[in-house]
Order: sequence, then C-alpha cells, then structure tokens
Amino acid sequence: MAPRRSTLYLWELAWILPSIALPVGMLAALAVTAFGAGINVAGDRGRIDSTKVAEHPLFKDPGVAQIAPGQYEVRMTAQIWSFAPNEIRVPAGSTVHFWVTSKDVVHGLMIPRHNINVMVLPGQIGHAQARFDTPGEYPIICHEYCGIAHHTMGGKIIVEAKP
Amino acid sequence: MTAVERRLAAANLIIALVALFGGVVTGFFQALEYAGIDVYPSLAPVIRSYYHSLSIHGVLNALVFTTFFICGFLPFMTSRALSLPLASPRIGWLTFWLMTAGLVLASIPLVGNAATVMFTFYPPLKAHWAFYIGLTLVVAGTWLVTLNLALTWRAWRARNPGTRTPLAAFMSLVTFAMWTIASVGLAAEMLVLTIPWSLGIVVGTDALLARTLFWFTGHAIVYFWLLPAYVSWYTLVPRQAGGKLLSDPMARTSFILFLLLSTPIGIHHQYADPGIHQGWKLLHALLTFAVFFPSLLTFFNVVASLEIGGRARGGTGWLSWFLRLPWGDPSLAAQVLAMVLFAFGGAGGLILASFSVNLVVHNTAYVPGHLHLTVGSAVMLTFVGITYWLVPHLAGRPLWSRKFALAQVWLWVAGVLLFSPALHELGLRGMPRRTMMGHAAYMQADWKTLLPLVGIGGSLMFLSMLAYFLNMVLTVTVSRRAEQPALPFAEALSGSDHAPSAFDRWRPWLVTAGLLVALAYGPTLLRLAATTPLNTPGLRVW
Repeated sequence: MAPRRSTLYLWELAWILPSIALPVGMLAALAVTAFGAGINVAGDRGRIDSTKVAEHPLFKDPGVAQIAPGQYEVRMTAQIWSFAPNEIRVPAGSTVHFWVTSKDVVHGLMIPRHNINVMVLPGQIGHAQARFDTPGEYPIICHEYCGIAHHTMGGKIIVEAKP
Repeated sequence: MTAVERRLAAANLIIALVALFGGVVTGFFQALEYAGIDVYPSLAPVIRSYYHSLSIHGVLNALVFTTFFICGFLPFMTSRALSLPLASPRIGWLTFWLMTAGLVLASIPLVGNAATVMFTFYPPLKAHWAFYIGLTLVVAGTWLVTLNLALTWRAWRARNPGTRTPLAAFMSLVTFAMWTIASVGLAAEMLVLTIPWSLGIVVGTDALLARTLFWFTGHAIVYFWLLPAYVSWYTLVPRQAGGKLLSDPMARTSFILFLLLSTPIGIHHQYADPGIHQGWKLLHALLTFAVFFPSLLTFFNVVASLEIGGRARGGTGWLSWFLRLPWGDPSLAAQVLAMVLFAFGGAGGLILASFSVNLVVHNTAYVPGHLHLTVGSAVMLTFVGITYWLVPHLAGRPLWSRKFALAQVWLWVAGVLLFSPALHELGLRGMPRRTMMGHAAYMQADWKTLLPLVGIGGSLMFLSMLAYFLNMVLTVTVSRRAEQPALPFAEALSGSDHAPSAFDRWRPWLVTAGLLVALAYGPTLLRLAATTPLNTPGLRVW
C-alpha cells in the first residue's frame, strides 16, 4: 500500500528541517571557535617577490628571536628540501609566531597537534601561531609534495622545560 | 536509442577501465610502501619513484577513469531516458577521439616521468607541456558532451512540449551543465598560466593564482564524479532493490542545488593558503555546508527508496528490512555498500571542510583516507556496480560470474574498511599525505603501528580489483552470447508531475549559478590576477 501524498510530504519535512538545522549549528560552532577562541586559518599577509626572498627584511636572516616575554618569532624560509632554521628551541609556555615563505616550489609547514598548518607558497608570506606548553621535541614537517626528496624535508621544535 | 549510443558508451568504458587498471596497480605499490615494503627499486626501468607511481595513480583513477566513464554513461542514460538518439553521432565520435588523443598526449610525459606533479600539478612544479595540453583536450571533450546533450534535449523538447524532462535525462544534463561552469577555472589555469609557461612563451607563474583556479574546478569535480553515481542511485537502484523512488521532485531539488552550489565553494581546499583573506574562506565554508543539504536530501530519498524495496520483499522492522534487499545481485550490493561507505566519507568530508578544524587534518593522511571512501568507494564502487549490468548489456553476453562479482564487492569493502580508517587516524596523528613514508626523515612511533593496516587493506582492495577485471575480461570474451536487456528505470511514488515546472527552465538556474560563482570567486581572482608579477620560475625537481 503506497502512502498518501500528504504523508509523504510530512516525512520529507521531518527530514528536511533537521537537515537544515544540523549544518547551521555546526557553522555556528565554527564561528565561535575561530573568532571566539582565536583558532584561525591562514589569512592574507601580502605578497613577496619569490625571486628576491633573501632581500626581504623578514627573510634576509632566517632564525628565531624573542619579541616579547613569552613571545617568539620564527622567520623561516622553505626550499628544496629543507627549512631554515630547521631546529627551533623555545621555553615551555611560549607563543611562537611563524613567518614563512618559499624560495622555489610549493611546500607546507605542519607541526602536528599544535594547530600549525599552513601552505608555504612562493610569492606569498605565510603566518601561523601557536602556544607550546608541554616540554618535548616535536617534528616540523613539509606536508606538500615538493619533489623527489619531499619525505626528507623536516625539522624539529624543542620545547624546553622552564628552569 | 541506436547502436551508436551503445558503441560510444562501450568505447568510453574500455578507456575508463584500462585507466582504472593502471591506477589500481600503482595504488597497490603505494600501499605496500606504507607497510614498509619498498618495491620501487625492482620497478625502476618503468616506474622511477614512489612519486612517479603516485602521479600515475591519481591521474588515471581520479581524472581519466572517472571522466571517460561519465562521458560514456550519462549520454547513454540520457538517450535512453528521452527515447531519442543523440542529436549528433558525429559530435559524439569527435568527442571520443578528441579526449582519447588528449589522453595519449598527456600519458606520454606522465608515463615517461616528465609529469611527476600529482594530479593536482601545482606550479611551480613544471611538467612537460604535452601533459597540460593533453588534459586540456580531455576537458574540451567534456564540453562537447554538454553540447551534444543539450542539442538532444532540445530535439526532445520540440517533440514533447509541456512535459517534464525524464529524471535520468534531467540529472545527466544538470551534471554536465554544472561541470561546464566549474571547468572554466581549470581551463583558465591551463590556457592562461600553465600551457604558455610550459612552452616557454611566459617565463614565470604564480603559485597562488594557479591553485585558486585549480580549486575553482577542483572541488566541483568531485560532484562531477559523484552526481553520475547519484543518477544510478535515484533512477535505477530503487527498482533493482524491488521498489520505487520515494520522491522525484525532491530528487530534482537536490540536483538543482548541486548545480547552484558545487562550484562557489572551492576555497575550502585552500584554508591553509596564505594570500586569501579569512572572510572569503568563511564564505566558502558556509556555502560548503549549504551543499551538504542536497546530499542529505539524497541520503533520505535513496534510503527511503531502498526501504520501499526491502519492505516490498517482505522486510519488516525499523532496520531489518535492510537485510531483505536482493543482496545476491552484485550490481545492487556494490551500490548499496557504496552508499554505506559514502555516509562515513561524507561525514569525514564535513570535518575537512570545517574551517579551523581543517588545521588538524589539512594535507595529512586523513585526506587520502577520505578520498578512498568517497571517489574511491562511493563513486568507484557504484561505477563498478553499474558495469555489472552495463557491460553485459553492451557486450550482449551475461556476466561471467555473479558469485565472483559478489566476492569482489565484499572484498573491496573489507579492504577499504582497514585502509581508510587507518589513514584517517594517521592523519589525526599528524602523518603527511603524498609522502614516501618508508623513507621519511621524521617517522613517528605511533605512525609505524598503524601503517601495516594500510598495506593489508590496500592489498585486499587490489585483490578485489583483480577479481573485477578478470570477471570483466571473461564476460566479454568467454561468456556465451545472449541478449542482455538494459535495466529499466525506477518509477516514483511521488512522480515528476509533482515537480515545479520551473525545474525544466534552464536559464534562471544557470544564471543564478554563474552569479554565485562570480560573487564567491570574482573579487579574489581579480585581485590575484591584477597583482601577480607572474615571475616564479618553474622547476623539475623529481
């Protein structure tokens, strides 16, 4: 026995309304975490001439510097198949700001479990930041295919216990 | 429906399945590599590296198999649904040969290790020009399919004024209309950036502009793969299950929404890209969540149709009707299991699309885990299920072995249920994708424990596909000739006469789709194009 048309419509409606509510609720949750909790994705930090990276003030001398108490800045270049710097030391509890660009092809910068995940594009300045609370050694990984030795491209960040 | 449509479908299917075979074999090598078995040294004369293999795997499976299958299947379905031959058999064959020529052209550098750039070919990695021109010809071929379908529909409309377009034809037309809008991005990337650059006419390129044009097409392409599977789920599977489609108007609604929303969402693949403001990324996140809605409609409609079938076959209860489906039919089993796998794939995809949550999983092993549930299972397994009736129909020979086919389907499910969850978890643990893990400099202990599962799952998937190809080859060579009728279309409980007539007007929907794309992409693309120095040199570093 086929159901009546009005019954069909009722079934459809009973599905459609939650189907709208679900994505709307998820989106609201996203907006709260992104703008309320400050866990945000990469944004627009301007272009850089990919053929003159070494002349740019941010990248002419790649390295780590303390910019304020508990705040560190990493100015980093990516090139086949290495990061410069490729070893970073910060004390536990530091917030680290990464500024990164590529001298050649597309690379990626990822530190698992620390919300550092940004593409490293030639011609663009990338930025990401995170707090490193737990002492330990964490890998820095290039997560975009960048040629035959892509899997060798990595580094580490060493979070040191406070004395 | 004449012999021409059947022959065209068969020709496209042959290319699709040959490509799939190549993709499956290279995939097996990669699964072994993850499990710590490095077979590449012994393949060296043919396959030069893990990355060479991976590029072949992606291009053949995701681009060639899908496109040729769809260009064979949907014109066949349209012609049957309209009970009309294709408007122009000549355009049909021109399309096929153009696409095949493009494929051959692109394959030469791909196989010769001169296009080891993955199927996403992000510049400044620079492949041989033949790779870009070949792929562009394939895309141009798909536009001719759109033209032929549109002409066919017009001829049908002239003879059938005032009636609703039959559902399968409507869905096929929407699929190709959506794809034609979406493929503009890829075509622009090829014609403006990569082709002149690979030929040496232009010295430099722009990584971000190229990526943005790529993903303009790159997300919609997954709907170009998925919608033909939906065509089968909506218009054939309900009948294969012994029932009827629940609602034709709801089905049309979901396809119209796919037409509008498939393209203006591509930046959700670029959440991690610098150079695009977060506001645009959030807009694309919003629209991505909106396109989740027609998929939920599809889920409801298709599962309800299965339920009608299961109950008609004597099934009862809230869920146990599911067991009463005709599971002995490999074509149905493949497609229903494809749906089940897609439920997980779709949910995982929402996580990837979730803006800041993407930080956790972007470019990790989670992504191939997701892809093998969606295009690798929902789409591929559905297409496999379709070939279980379509190839016998086209060849005029019954399927060589139904039992073998059933075993193939379940073996795939078993394999992918080891393979994909393991990759998802590895992604959550921070393992990158597209990386030769056996030689990775930063291997972590908690990755090593899971990697063998990828190898075992991948091996089962490989065995499943070997069984599939054996069955197909024996069907067309050994099976005794006997006419195999094509599957009849499913009837609908709530039929097309309940659908608003506005669904049969094309212009308003196409214009709205175009406007949404212009709104979502216009400002970003214009800004990138206006400010690009176009000076990043290309590199061949593999």
